[in-house]
Amino acid sequence: MAVKEFEKPILKEYTPIPELVEEATSHLAPFKSKEEFQKSLGYPGELVENWQEVALGKMGDLLKKYRSLRVYMDSCIQCGACTDKCHYYLGTKDPKNMPVGRQNLMRGVYRKHFTLPGKFFPKLVGAVDLTKEVLDDWYSYYHQCSQCRRCAVFCPIGIDTAEISMAAREIMDSVGVGQKYCNEIIGKANKIGNNLGLPKPALADTLEGLEEDVEEETGIDVKFPLDVKGADVLLITPSADFFAEPHVDGLIGYAKVFHEAGMSWTLSSYASEAANFGMFIGSYDNMRKLALRIRQAALDLGVKRIVFGECGHAWRVAYSFLNTLAGPFDFLDPRYPVPQHICEVTHDLINKNILKFDKSANDGKVITFHDSCNVARASGMGDVMGGQFSLPRDIIKATTNNFYDMDDDTIMEKTFCCGGGGGLLTDDLIELRMKGAQPRMEALKRVVEDHGVTHMAAICAICKSQFSKAFQYYGFELDQIISLHQLVGDALIMTKK
Amino acid sequence: MPIEVNGKSFETDEEGYLADLSLWEKDLATAMAKEDDIDLTADHWDIINFLREYYEEYQIAPAVRVLTKAVGKKLGKDKGNSKYLYELFPYGPGKQACKFAGLPKPTGCV
Repeated sequence: MAVKEFEKPILKEYTPIPELVEEATSHLAPFKSKEEFQKSLGYPGELVENWQEVALGKMGDLLKKYRSLRVYMDSCIQCGACTDKCHYYLGTKDPKNMPVGRQNLMRGVYRKHFTLPGKFFPKLVGAVDLTKEVLDDWYSYYHQCSQCRRCAVFCPIGIDTAEISMAAREIMDSVGVGQKYCNEIIGKANKIGNNLGLPKPALADTLEGLEEDVEEETGIDVKFPLDVKGADVLLITPSADFFAEPHVDGLIGYAKVFHEAGMSWTLSSYASEAANFGMFIGSYDNMRKLALRIRQAALDLGVKRIVFGECGHAWRVAYSFLNTLAGPFDFLDPRYPVPQHICEVTHDLINKNILKFDKSANDGKVITFHDSCNVARASGMGDVMGGQFSLPRDIIKATTNNFYDMDDDTIMEKTFCCGGGGGLLTDDLIELRMKGAQPRMEALKRVVEDHGVTHMAAICAICKSQFSKAFQYYGFELDQIISLHQLVGDALIMTKK
Repeated sequence: MPIEVNGKSFETDEEGYLADLSLWEKDLATAMAKEDDIDLTADHWDIINFLREYYEEYQIAPAVRVLTKAVGKKLGKDKGNSKYLYELFPYGPGKQACKFAGLPKPTGCV
């Protein structure tokens, strides 16, 4: 496809801190959302006439509503600790992709319009007017942030650039400047129930096909139930799990786990999506609307538990916000956390000795694990501190013989984003995505060379799709990225017919 | 950017996907492929035709598994996999083949 040529990063042993190249990626900006997608989400269809007034009004609202945003605007001491922590800065060399550079795009406007020194002595404090040029910069650079929060780990004050990016996107949506990829997708999820726009008959046909495949492969009648009333577990999983590879192998893994554990479960055609892009655009209302579909499906199907499949930001929304967005969930079985991650379910079943594995089934593979940013830095798992790191690794070690972690500075809470998170997994940002993947690719290359790693497992649909592309770009093979639950499914000893 | 084929002009979206799929014709697919430096062979057409048939029935492109299975059944198991499809459509069977077939681009985390 016609993608403009851009300089390909060369992978090094460690990611060097690049020399600055001013405006290196100022040409990058995703396609703008069309009027129909904007309106369906309650936003103006195009840039409104009095956009400055509306934008500043919205910014004022957000500063009141989210005290954190005001603290982030006020408290940066420009110390520089964050500057080399963003994968997009490391990959693009553009100083506006340094977290502080990105924050300052909003901070300048904040100082001008919301602080006294900025009103009276703008030049002294870097205060700027919200001009069309500034808005264009916002659109470009707030869509070069994957909201991964790695910078926040290193910020001595704890400033979360992701929240600033979310606020900026919401302000832009409120004046009619939205991003096509996110807003079209939210519209589809509202209308059809998932980001792909996969209608029920297609979903049913796909699931039926998977039942045939698994039966052919294992001789066991593993079901992929859809809209089954009275099932115990409602599985909410990213629609990519139905559609794409390697995602689907993860879905097969979940189904095998449920089957072997004798659990009754179902998918829902009404809530056939775990992803919640409302978060990426910073819109509480849109996030809530999407989350309420899950509540509705759980009520309609009369389930007792809700379990989430492998989706990074969905788990942030689920773990951190689901109860306040769509609760209370007092109709579910109180003996289980609401909601649960599929890794928690599998881990628990392993601990109880209900699942048994033949690790040699995965002996052809040497595994490393990519911590997905929203799971790593915005959630937890199980009832132990750092469970979001230890549970997936425990599962890998229970199902394989060969596991090596990547460099300490690139995993767990310091994990590098895949390069496609936060609503940037779109072809119009392919240059940014490939450049942003560089730090992760360098860390991977090292374990490939040092330990013979053959496959990287992940628990996020975005990561998996992004790596499918980035792996080919950087000279790895497409199928070296796998779903964590593929390892589970392949090694699981199936005793129940 | 509209594409000109046989003296006719076809509207597309920013990414080159046909705006109105009812207007699709074979020469358009050939022209779109040419822009991506691909000469469509019988192998490509097998996939494109399947995509169109599936879309007709389900209003969505088939999942990769559905596609590989159908290809495997028709052309033999050695071809029923993503690698084969990527050889034909290097930018990904889901996206590039859909474009040539006149279908909308699959959206989401894919």
